[in-house]
Amino acid sequence: MSHGAGHVEHTATGIPNRKLAFWTFIASECMFFGSLIATYLYYQGKSLVGPYPHEILNIPLTTISTFVLLMSSLAMALAVFYSQRKELAKTRLALLATIAMGLVFLGFQAYEFTHFYHEGLTLSQNLFGSTFFVLTGFHGTHVAIGVLWLTSVLLHTFRPVDPARRAVDIEVAGLYWHFVDVVWIVIFTVIYLIGASL
Amino acid sequence: MATYQEVYHQERAGILPRPRSRRGILSWITTVDHKRIAVMYGVTAIIFFLIGGIEALIIRAQLAAANLSVVDADTFNALFTMHGTTMIFLAVMPLTAAFFNYLVPLMIGARDVAFPRLNAFSYWVYLFGAIFINVSWFVGAPPDGSWVGYANLTSKSYSPGFNIDYWVMGLQILGIASLAAGFNFIVTIFNMRAPGMSMMRMPVFVWTTLVTQFLIVLSFPAITVGLILLMFDRMFGTNFYEVAAGGDVVLWQHLFWVFGHPEVYILILPAMGIVSEILPTFSRKPLFGYPVMVFSTILIGFLGFAVWTHHMFTVGLGPMVNSVFALATMTIAIPTGIKIFNWLSTLWGGSIRFTTPMLFALGFLWMFMIGGFSGIMHSAAPSDMQQHDSYFVVAHFHYVLIGGAVFALFAGLYYWFPKLTGKLMNEKLGKLNFWLMFVGFNITFFPMHFLGLMGMPRRIYTYDAALGLDFWNSVSTVGAYVLAVGVFVYLVNLAMSLAKGERCEADVWDARTLEWSLPSPVPPYNFARIPHIVARDHFWHVKHEKSAARETAASRESHEDAHGIHMPDQSIFPFLAGVGMIVGAFGMLYSVPVAFVGLAIVVLSIFAWAFEGVGGYYIIPGGEEA
Repeated sequence: MSHGAGHVEHTATGIPNRKLAFWTFIASECMFFGSLIATYLYYQGKSLVGPYPHEILNIPLTTISTFVLLMSSLAMALAVFYSQRKELAKTRLALLATIAMGLVFLGFQAYEFTHFYHEGLTLSQNLFGSTFFVLTGFHGTHVAIGVLWLTSVLLHTFRPVDPARRAVDIEVAGLYWHFVDVVWIVIFTVIYLIGASL
Repeated sequence: MATYQEVYHQERAGILPRPRSRRGILSWITTVDHKRIAVMYGVTAIIFFLIGGIEALIIRAQLAAANLSVVDADTFNALFTMHGTTMIFLAVMPLTAAFFNYLVPLMIGARDVAFPRLNAFSYWVYLFGAIFINVSWFVGAPPDGSWVGYANLTSKSYSPGFNIDYWVMGLQILGIASLAAGFNFIVTIFNMRAPGMSMMRMPVFVWTTLVTQFLIVLSFPAITVGLILLMFDRMFGTNFYEVAAGGDVVLWQHLFWVFGHPEVYILILPAMGIVSEILPTFSRKPLFGYPVMVFSTILIGFLGFAVWTHHMFTVGLGPMVNSVFALATMTIAIPTGIKIFNWLSTLWGGSIRFTTPMLFALGFLWMFMIGGFSGIMHSAAPSDMQQHDSYFVVAHFHYVLIGGAVFALFAGLYYWFPKLTGKLMNEKLGKLNFWLMFVGFNITFFPMHFLGLMGMPRRIYTYDAALGLDFWNSVSTVGAYVLAVGVFVYLVNLAMSLAKGERCEADVWDARTLEWSLPSPVPPYNFARIPHIVARDHFWHVKHEKSAARETAASRESHEDAHGIHMPDQSIFPFLAGVGMIVGAFGMLYSVPVAFVGLAIVVLSIFAWAFEGVGGYYIIPGGEEA
């Protein structure tokens, strides 16, 4: 891993530039989602009118989509692993699996949003609606950007690129993907597991 | 002037041919050279500094005497809102960015920043964000909710026009520019250091830059979320700041000040870095207590995140919260005080030269201290209750931001002008510039301490004659115009020196940092050979210490390949991505399809940018000519 990266570019720390940039980006994103989650917690249980979380949240359904998203991280890790071992076919397969599971998660979210909308929960209905849709919506947008990015990476594997460089490309995309997953673990805990009774 | 020749190998091209003009407008729009980007940042920031200054002069004209009506109350609201927003986001921050851009690669022995195209992107996004927010004046809807934009003054019901929308969208765009630059400079400083340039050998300016970038990267997301929630409230009917639906307006204050207090250090730390370079040079002594300066900088950055509610002492968060934050605030005086004493110790026993940059640096030291003292007064919650929202606070932060940040930035402008242009600035005009600004500044802002303690609130557009506030207000207004004449003298000096300034040698000040080892102006590739750093203050060491050190340093310099120095190609896409953002922002206000067009331009530009690759050509440096 580290010796592979050494061929890409020489840096004072030995960490490729893009990888280090991505770690700082993730630090920044932690503050971004931290602020959104804090806002959610600040307004938890303060809605003046329904629908309230316990009336509407479907924990079993979201557990399934959460499981799918977590499994996509496994596929992503495999993609990084195979790209570092220069096994191109397996890399592509793992990327494809990651993308597919990301799309399944987005499908569940689209279903959930439509369902809630028909139950009367909108952006402007109450504080729960405002905080729920904005927090999970921004997370969903991140997943969608990840899917777009991984699709580009997958298509890029069909062009002749230095394998060490490609491994860093995929690893950086993987950092992003895992981060988005980790954020979902926090959101799932805060909104569904702890907050559903409120 | 250095000579060199360019060599093109036909490399793998992108979809479009790469722009290769080295002169003319297209060369500036597509440039990825950190020195050219620095110049663009500097020029743009000074233009907005003048605009913000004119806004301040109108404010002072309105307040010159009781019951004046130079402008009406609504315009006054817009003036102080845009004055604050402009000076912080469009003038001082970008001017510090100009210094980061110009100096950081030179000081650490690098040929450019880690991501040259991302660097250009930061500048263009800043420029378009700045233009966007100022277009509001021409459509008759300037932001008028003050630079802190407290909810629910900014809600749709109390501010139905586009005023706040311009502010909300503009600040989000500017945030993207700052964040992109933040990632770039953190990676540059960690990864692009020359061999031997360990972290504890870096100039203090590079350290303050590094801590500033961490503050930007970690604090801007908070205001971004605050602005996003406000944007959703205004455009999509959410309830985040709607009291009627159970929302709480204090949420905005938290999100704003979690960003807003680190922002104060984002403005002052680079200034401290500049002063830490100038004082040693003109005292002919190394900086006193270098490691302690570094750790104080880090400590200030760290504590900066733990003090935000001292801006909210009057909100009513309770004695416990107020006490904790009051104590945390007081501890910041320790690293700051250490810095002041280290600067004084640097001067102590030095052979001091009172050049214009040195005068500004000394002015910084003194004026920043006064701002610091009134800051400590605010840190005690009961005392702050008396001063909150009064002109005392206005006096305090102008001492920190003009007496502190702006004086240090002017010191830097004078100090590095010879490096940038190869010419000297006029010293006589420089000294006149300094004394006019110094005297004008103190006449303007010292009386505001009195006005505040007499009970004059901030952000009122006029006052009654019976209040007895006339005298000091008139004095303050006179001072503001003296300060303005001082700034005008700078512009005259700048124009004259650019046109017919005396040519000067590369190391004109007998300075200590690496950029002075290079010809003035610095060639595009910066270093013909990457230096091998053997000491803190490497250049000084090699220049004045044992010849053995010089030989060791020279023998370890990297030797370039025969095919020359690799340079990144220019690119149009950072500029186009910036265009997409301003188009998208207008779309958010006026037309949804246009917003999607803007988004499409941004996405396509980023894809084109990613797939065109770094590209590049080679430079073979020649000798140096006089």
